Parts: sequence; C-alpha cells; structure tokens
Amino acid sequence: MNREVASNASHAQLGGVTRIYPLAAGHSPVHALGPVDLDLRMGEFFSVVGPSGCGKSTLLEILAGLQRPTAGTVMFEGRSVMGDVPDGIGVVFQEDASFPWLTVWDNAAFGLRRAGASAAEVRRRVDDAVAFLGLRDFARAYPPQLSGGMRQRVCIARTLVLQPRLILLDEPFGALDAQTRLLMGEEVLRLWRRTSATVLLITHALDEAAMLSDRVGAMSARPGRFIEIIETGWMRERDSTIVREPAFAEITGRLWANLRGESIKALAH
Amino acid sequence: MTRVGRIRLVVIIAAIGALEVACRTGLIDRRIVIAPSDMAASLAGILASGEINSDIVQTLGVIAAAVVLSVIFGFALGLLIHALPRVREVLDPLFATYYAVPIFIFYPVLIAIFGLSLVPILLIGVATAMVAMTIATLNGLDRVPRVLTKVARVHRMGRLATALRLQLPAAAPYLFTGVKLSVSYGFIAVIASEFILAPAGLGRDIADAYADFNNPRMYALMLFLLIVATFVNMVLHAWDLRWAERRGREPS
Amino acid sequence: MSAARRAADTLAIAIVLLLMWQALHFVVGETALPRPVPTLAYLARLVTTARFAENAAATATAFAVALILAYGIGLAIGVWMGAHRLSGAVGEPILVALYSLPKITLYPVILLIFGLGISGKMAFGALHGVLPVALLTMAAIRNISPVYLKTARSLKLSRWQTIMTVLFPATLPEVVSGLRIGLTVTLLGVLLAEMFASKQGLGFLIMNAMSLLQTEEMIAVAVLLFAFAALANALLLWIEHRLHRRV
Repeated sequence: MNREVASNASHAQLGGVTRIYPLAAGHSPVHALGPVDLDLRMGEFFSVVGPSGCGKSTLLEILAGLQRPTAGTVMFEGRSVMGDVPDGIGVVFQEDASFPWLTVWDNAAFGLRRAGASAAEVRRRVDDAVAFLGLRDFARAYPPQLSGGMRQRVCIARTLVLQPRLILLDEPFGALDAQTRLLMGEEVLRLWRRTSATVLLITHALDEAAMLSDRVGAMSARPGRFIEIIETGWMRERDSTIVREPAFAEITGRLWANLRGESIKALAH
Repeated sequence: MTRVGRIRLVVIIAAIGALEVACRTGLIDRRIVIAPSDMAASLAGILASGEINSDIVQTLGVIAAAVVLSVIFGFALGLLIHALPRVREVLDPLFATYYAVPIFIFYPVLIAIFGLSLVPILLIGVATAMVAMTIATLNGLDRVPRVLTKVARVHRMGRLATALRLQLPAAAPYLFTGVKLSVSYGFIAVIASEFILAPAGLGRDIADAYADFNNPRMYALMLFLLIVATFVNMVLHAWDLRWAERRGREPS
Repeated sequence: MSAARRAADTLAIAIVLLLMWQALHFVVGETALPRPVPTLAYLARLVTTARFAENAAATATAFAVALILAYGIGLAIGVWMGAHRLSGAVGEPILVALYSLPKITLYPVILLIFGLGISGKMAFGALHGVLPVALLTMAAIRNISPVYLKTARSLKLSRWQTIMTVLFPATLPEVVSGLRIGLTVTLLGVLLAEMFASKQGLGFLIMNAMSLLQTEEMIAVAVLLFAFAALANALLLWIEHRLHRRV
C-alpha cells in the first residue's frame, strides 16, 4: 500500500483550462482563471497556493466536474470531465458540509449507503474511517455539538469511506487556528499515505503547502495562472516537524518570492 | 426542575390561588368571574355527561383539517415560489403585508358566499395559517447551506434525491416552525369564527353560554379550550427545543 | 432592489389581485362577490356618509386608546423583564404561551368586567397588543451587546446618559418591530370585539352588512381596513429599516 515515490504516470490533466464568468447584471465578464496546464501524477500530493480571489477554488471545482471550463480540456483517468463529478473523486469543502441532522457515524456512512453497499461493508468501512480520524468517541454525537475541526474531520471521514482515488481539498482548514491547522495537516498526510490516493490541496497558507506537498503550484493573482511549480522532494513519511528543515525555509522563501507581488496585486482589486 | 421553572410554577399556582380566594371571599363578583375550582368542577361535569363531545370533535376536527391543508399547500407553494426567484421578488411585499392586515375580516364575506356552514370556517382557517407555512418554507430553503448542493453533486445524487435527502432535512427546523405557526393561527382563526358566527362548535358554545348568563358553563368551556390550546403549543414548543438543541441553533 | 422596482412590483400585485377579484366574481356571481370597480366606487361614496363617519370614529377611538395602553403597558413589562433577569426568565414562557392562545376565548370575561361599551373593545384590543410589544422589547433589551455597557462604563457615563445615549438607540429597531406587530394585533382585537358584541364600529358595519346581504358594503369596508393596516405597517417597517441601517 505504501509506495516510496509517486509514480510518474498521470492521473489527471488540465489542458489550457480557462474560466470566464459571464455577465452579471451591470458587471463585465470576469476572467477568473487560466489558461492553466496541470499534470497531476498518480499518488502525488499537490498543493495550489495563491492570493485570495486568484481562482484556485475554481480550479478545484473544474477538476472535480462541479464547473465547466470556458475553454480547455479536463481529463481524469483517461476520460474527459465535463460538468459531472466522475466516480472516484472525493471533495472536502471549505465550508462546514457536515449534515447536522445525522450523527457523526451516519454522516460518514452517507455516501456508501447511497451507493448500495451491504450493511456489513458499510459498518466495516465506516468504523474504520471513524476510528482513523479519531472520531470513535463521538460517533453518536451530532455535528453541531462538535468543534469546527471535528466537523471537518466528519466531512473527511465521509469522503474517505468512499475510497476515492483523487481527493480534492478546498482550503479545508481555513476556519481553524494555526496550531490546529498544523495538526490537521498531519492527519491529511496520514490519510494520503494510507489510501495512496492522489491529493490536490488548495490553500493560501505557504507553510502548509510547503510542508504537506510533493509539488507546490504557485498561482498568480486573478486570472490565476501557474507562475512556478516547485518540487519539494520530501520523503513520503513526513510530519509537521519538517518545518525545522532548512529546505522548508527555502521552499517557503521561493514561494513567497513568487507570490509577494501577486498578493499585492490581489489586495489592490 | 430548574430553579426558574420552580419559581414559575409557584407564580402560576399563586395567581390561580389568589383568584380562587378572591372569588370565594366575594372580592370578585360571582356574576363576573367564578372560582377556578368551580370552573374545573363544572368542566368535569360537562365532560362526563358527554354533551359537548360532538362539539369537541367538530372544533378540533376543523382545526386539524385547516392545519393539515395549510401545511401541505403552504409547503408546496413555498417550494414552487422558491424555484422562481423573479416571482418571489414580486410577491415579496405581499408576504410582508399579509399578516399585517386583518384577514379574518373576510370571514363574514365567506359566510355570505358559502352560507353558514363549516366551509367558511375551514377556508378562513386555511387562509390564515397557510401563508405562515409558505414563508417558513421559503426561509428554510434559503438557509440550506449552498455547500450541501455541491456535496450532493460530488456524491452524484439526482435532483429528487438531493431534495429529499439533503434539502428537506436541512430545512426541517424552519419547516417545523412553520407547522407550529400554522397550528397557532389555525386555532385562533377557527375559534374566533365559531365565536362570531357558526352552526356549532366550542366557540359557539361559549358564546351561547355567555348570552344565557350561564357562567359556570361558559367558564368551563373556556377552561377546556385554554387547556387544549396551551397543551398543544407546549408540546410543539418542546419538540422545537429538542430539534434546536440537536442542530445547535436557537429555537424560534 | 431599487425603490422604483419595488413600487412597480407592488402595483403589479395590486393589479393582479384586482384581476383575481374580477375573475372570482365571474365564478361566484354578483350577490356573492360584487365586481371591484363598483365596489371601490361604493367605498368612495360610503366614506362621505355620516353613518360611516360615526362608526369609523368609534373604531378609531377604541383603536387609539387600545394602542396607547398596549404600548405603554407592553413597554413597561418588556423593560422590566428585559432588565431584571430572573423576572424575564420566569415570565417569558408565560407570555409566549399567552401569545399563542386564541384570546377571543377570553373575550366574554372582558365583556363581563367592562360591559358592552367602548371600554371593553379598548381592553380587548390592548390585551392583544401588549404581548408582542412586551416580548420584543424584552428581547431587545436582553440582546444589548455587553460591550456597549462596558464602553459606557469606561466612558464614565451616568446612568441616565447610558440609558438615553446608548441603550435606547441600541434597542430602538427591535422595539419598533414590536410596536409594529402590536399595532396589527391590536387592530384585529378591536375589530373582533366589534364583530362579536357591538352596535358601533367598522367591525359591526361588516357584520351588519352580512346580515342584510350587502356584500358590497362588507367588501368595501374590508378593503378600507386592509389599506389602512397595510399603510400603517409599511410606514412602521420603513422606520424600522431606517433604524436598522443606523445601528
């Protein structure tokens, strides 16, 4: 289950993807993203960092099939993605998407039950995911009774149960404090290693991207385009202690060198 | 019971007790208000004799019918309008004003059209209660977090599944508030109708007892209605509290 | 949404309602539901008659007094229960329970106490209006952000100054909301009283017209009352919105 190095085989590709939001009443069209090219390798952990409003979330939604690009191609596992979410993709959103009317356990079981798995299979996989994410003591609780970090874990559990091959995370830790974020980052790494899935993480936090990823794409201000894609070269078995490594400072330094100017541009919008 | 709850109970009992004493000692004229114990005794007698059973059935039946119709049609209307934003914009002032005007004033008109029967009562009940349900439905559907629709698509759910398994449960607390309001308004409209003019029913009974100077009977019936209405409202309120706790929001 | 658009939409609704009225008239016939235009013409004539003036004055008087009572007592109760935590905690469920009761059930008691005259109508109307005013005023005071009070103390404001310059403006929008709803239900209370047991007033006019099968008069008076209530509500709502923008 654990591979030392992400293979070079391609899992998903974006080719010349552009997104232009059409005219809203009284406004000109918004060129939100692109053109963007991206080749996601099988099993890698890829982060996209950029200033607010640069279109990173749009990129994620296009890759997921939640939005259609205005131009360009999107491929996942050899098939074109156009406006429908393909099988095998899991998404964790920035907002709390836990269902307040279901217990934590039922939340996690939601997707698998809908797919018609047997009760035994559901129980096995959900118990596993719930335990893996440290939610076992809270399995019978309802999300509104839990903290923000716990609620995000519920959403991750719900995604994990379906064993997706590509996991998309849209600033999932945005609402959390800095220390919780670091710990949650470690959780995501554990998750990644365990599932051997390909992970795409959207974040505005440079340190998070630098710590977690095999590769980091620095995105320009709107319309977002990749300025540089940095290979971090980290070992697969990493945790948050790599922030002490000199290489970490180098990577974050390079990212900021790329992004500082872009962030200023974004602020001016 | 909490300390506040105990104090409240004491306050209520003390108030009833004070009324009892005031009536018994003649401080309050018996031709105006009779003692609570006499009210209760009279009610017990009337209920035992079974003479108002048909009225109970009629009144509560019409209320129930009005509420059920209001909830169903109010919800359906809310669903429809929510799907048509421009229509909703246009209707917005109507909804804002609906409960500001005395809709009930139309009851005599309905009697003139449909005659003196249960139909005008049912109609005015529905007219009063339905819009509250519609407004609550619109409110509830508004408050379904937009991220849930995205989750539905990630799970590749169709429109019907999304509506039934995500939107409906997400909106449920607000829908329940609508039901609560419909019950309240239904009670008020139906009883007011029976009071003013109706072929039969508990409200009519009270009006008749008043006209006959029959205080024991009148107060007994009033007591009955107040107990039933309070009981129903308390049950609904308790449910609302429980749901709200689970959802981590304030009950309305 | 712009004010012009809003006005246009309101006009559109009015037109649609009139058309629906006309359509309904075709369905149920002249005796049941007269046509809109003749009815409105009738209304225009009616308001000039002495008969109307007497009844309108009766309702207006009862309504005005009931409103003053409802506002006065309601505000007093609301302020007390809002400021005094324990009273608020104890009393709120009681008020809420009373609010959802069909108060018409209590009307005979009012009649027995006050008799059949105008004071009964005033009392019944006030009984309706007191509750929303009290409940919303109480909520407004409870919801005062503690940081306002801390600010007032740090600025060394006197008690009176705190109330007038901080607490009063802070609670005003919500209190006005309570006054608006109170107005609606007080009017309804007065009308109900007139419909049941009165020989005067607009509510009485409607019941009287019903017994004489004068549907035109019934609907004309109803429309007038609707218009009055809608305008009063719109006015208070406008005030409420202006206040909310300030806060």
